[in-house]
Amino acid sequence: MPAIVTDNCNACRFTECVAVCPVECFHADDDMVYVDRDTCIDCCACIPACPVQAIYMEGELPEDKRQWVSINTQKAAELPAITGKHQPLPGAEEKRSVLGY
Amino acid sequence: MPGNHQNGPLRVAIIGAGPSGFYAAEALLRSQVPVEVTVVERLPSPHGLVRSGVAPDHPKLKQAAIVFERIAQSEGFCFIGNVTVGKAITVQEILTTHHCVILAYGASEDQRIGIPGEDLAGCHAAKEFVGWYNGHPDYGDCHFDLSGETAVIIGQGNVALDVARILSKPVDELRTTDIASHAIEVLAESRIREIHVVGRRGPAQAKFTSPELREFGTIPGCDPVALESDLALNEASQAETSDRMSRTITTNLDILGGYTTRRTELAGKSCHFQFFLAPQAILGTDRVTGVRFARTTLTGPAFGQRAIVTDNEWTLPCQFILRSVGYRGAPIEGVPFDSRRGLLPNDSGRVVHEDGRPVNAVYATGWIKRGPSGIIGTNRADSAATVEALLADVDSLMNGPREGADGLWNLLTDRGVRATTLSDWRRIDAAEIERGKPLGKPRDKIACVNEMLGFCEPANG
Ligand SMILES: Cc1cc2nc3c(=O)[nH]c(=O)nc-3n(C[C@H](O)[C@H](O)[C@H](O)COP(=O)(O)OP(=O)(O)OC[C@H]3O[C@@H](n4cnc5c(N)ncnc54)[C@H](O)[C@@H]3O)c2cc1C
Ligand SMILES: NC(=O)c1ccc[n+]([C@@H]2O[C@H](COP(=O)([O-])OP(=O)(O)OC[C@H]3O[C@@H](n4cnc5c(N)ncnc54)[C@H](OP(=O)(O)O)[C@@H]3O)[C@@H](O)[C@H]2O)c1
Repeated sequence: MPAIVTDNCNACRFTECVAVCPVECFHADDDMVYVDRDTCIDCCACIPACPVQAIYMEGELPEDKRQWVSINTQKAAELPAITGKHQPLPGAEEKRSVLGY
Repeated sequence: MPGNHQNGPLRVAIIGAGPSGFYAAEALLRSQVPVEVTVVERLPSPHGLVRSGVAPDHPKLKQAAIVFERIAQSEGFCFIGNVTVGKAITVQEILTTHHCVILAYGASEDQRIGIPGEDLAGCHAAKEFVGWYNGHPDYGDCHFDLSGETAVIIGQGNVALDVARILSKPVDELRTTDIASHAIEVLAESRIREIHVVGRRGPAQAKFTSPELREFGTIPGCDPVALESDLALNEASQAETSDRMSRTITTNLDILGGYTTRRTELAGKSCHFQFFLAPQAILGTDRVTGVRFARTTLTGPAFGQRAIVTDNEWTLPCQFILRSVGYRGAPIEGVPFDSRRGLLPNDSGRVVHEDGRPVNAVYATGWIKRGPSGIIGTNRADSAATVEALLADVDSLMNGPREGADGLWNLLTDRGVRATTLSDWRRIDAAEIERGKPLGKPRDKIACVNEMLGFCEPANG
């Protein structure tokens, strides 16, 4: 049951998750990051690290976020892996406060 | 960016080949500075607690080792095994062959509870039990008597869940893991039917992660049990559950709620999660017969609640006790140590003297830097931070050439230390995998250093 990144990451992309991932299973586009489920080892390190709580273990995913399972699989396959922390996207802090974190 | 480096590459010695050591090596080798790292490890086998801590029935987590092996193949990486720094060689001596040292040697001791009876036969540190079932050479000779029916685990972190799960699972589910063969023999004879995982605070304060807690609902022949009355929350705990950054608490409470009504297999095993019980004494004269607890109430603000003991006491009869109240770091010769916290005093990874001055060229990362908490990946971010501090000091560190790994190897062999190499580890690794095949195990671990050395290139050969 891998980690799944969901909508809160979009337009934030803080990448704290990438810094604590032991196996470099995150892939990124210009908007957010996604998990490669075949590389993820289900360690849960990324979940508390996310400043906007965008990441869930697949087994703990709320019903209304189930679509993110296939989005993660598909995007991770298309996009390059990222190996280290990046700058958050411009506007990330504003989005964080809108989300209430 | 550092300036010109006429002194050849920066030569860094990393002490300890656990996750924090490997991630420090990775961060250094990926930096813009020309670097060579020498990782010095006490055992002939690398990977630290990923090999000897992470539970055998969680093979996916052990895949972190694949990343470590990839790092080990990088240009500029050298492994020297079977060398205990502080005994076979000091940090100061290593600094004659390297520009600086990163201490990444983890937390090798266990925390004691500090109550009477802790040393009675039948009461052990979870750390010993874990080391034993994982085939760590230090614990190959340990004996655990599982002939009683009731086991108590004191503490409610993920280590407590690991040891409870090993006692709860049908032994046949463990046979095909990399669990030590000597442990399978003993677990196969285990008569333990009731396992109690006991915490001094409440369910909202337990340090379990949710997938690990949820797994107890899936173990064949073992029912998870929690008491409805333990799940009532005071005001501060309610505030903790509504904190949006702490989703785990709500999820754990849901899972425990499910365990209040699940008792189905009355004939089989059961695993009881019990709260608000602070251990006061381990009972027994020549071996354990029970634990006396005092019931507690919580006081203090949300996320700062402490357990206050009441006069209300309760005795739980049992024959086997594991105290799982945390690990603890040990000092290393010639380096300052914070004995209250059991770690190396440091400022962003720079080891410091009591007065806060940095110790020249000595850095720390991982459990010995932060204390014994955090999972494998936590050490990656931590090591990146230590390496950032180190690289900021690079100009002052590069004060002349150093011989690096070759110099250190010569120093060690000149004084008769039987050091091992990465190829030696590959031989041990291959031998373990081979031995595992007929048993249907991913590997059959060699739990004795001398036996490991038998698979290595002969010394001075
Ligand atoms: C029982 C247990 C289970 C765990 N399970 C998980 C899990 O499932 N998932 C997860 O993400 N995290 C887990 N963790 C946490 C994880 O293992 C740690 O975060 C991590 O191993 C700490 O890394 P480290 O490098 O600081 O220490 P260690 O992993 O302890 O590595 C230290 C290394 O230094 C070596 N060493 C010690 N002294 C010396 C010396 N004097 N000279 C040379 N070498 C020395 C040791 O032999 C060891 O190889 C678990 C921890 C424990 C205790
Ligand atoms: N699967 C995994 O991901 C996994 C597996 C194993 C370990 N790990 C990680 O490894 C780290 C170490 O785990 P750990 O379980 O050793 O430590 P831990 O998470 O710090 O848990 C220690 C437990 O001991 C209790 N305790 C401490 N002193 C006590 C005392 N005097 N009396 C009674 N109880 C006492 C603590 O209670 P209080 O809260 O009241 O202090 C706490 O419940 C953790 O970060 C853990 O997540 C992860």
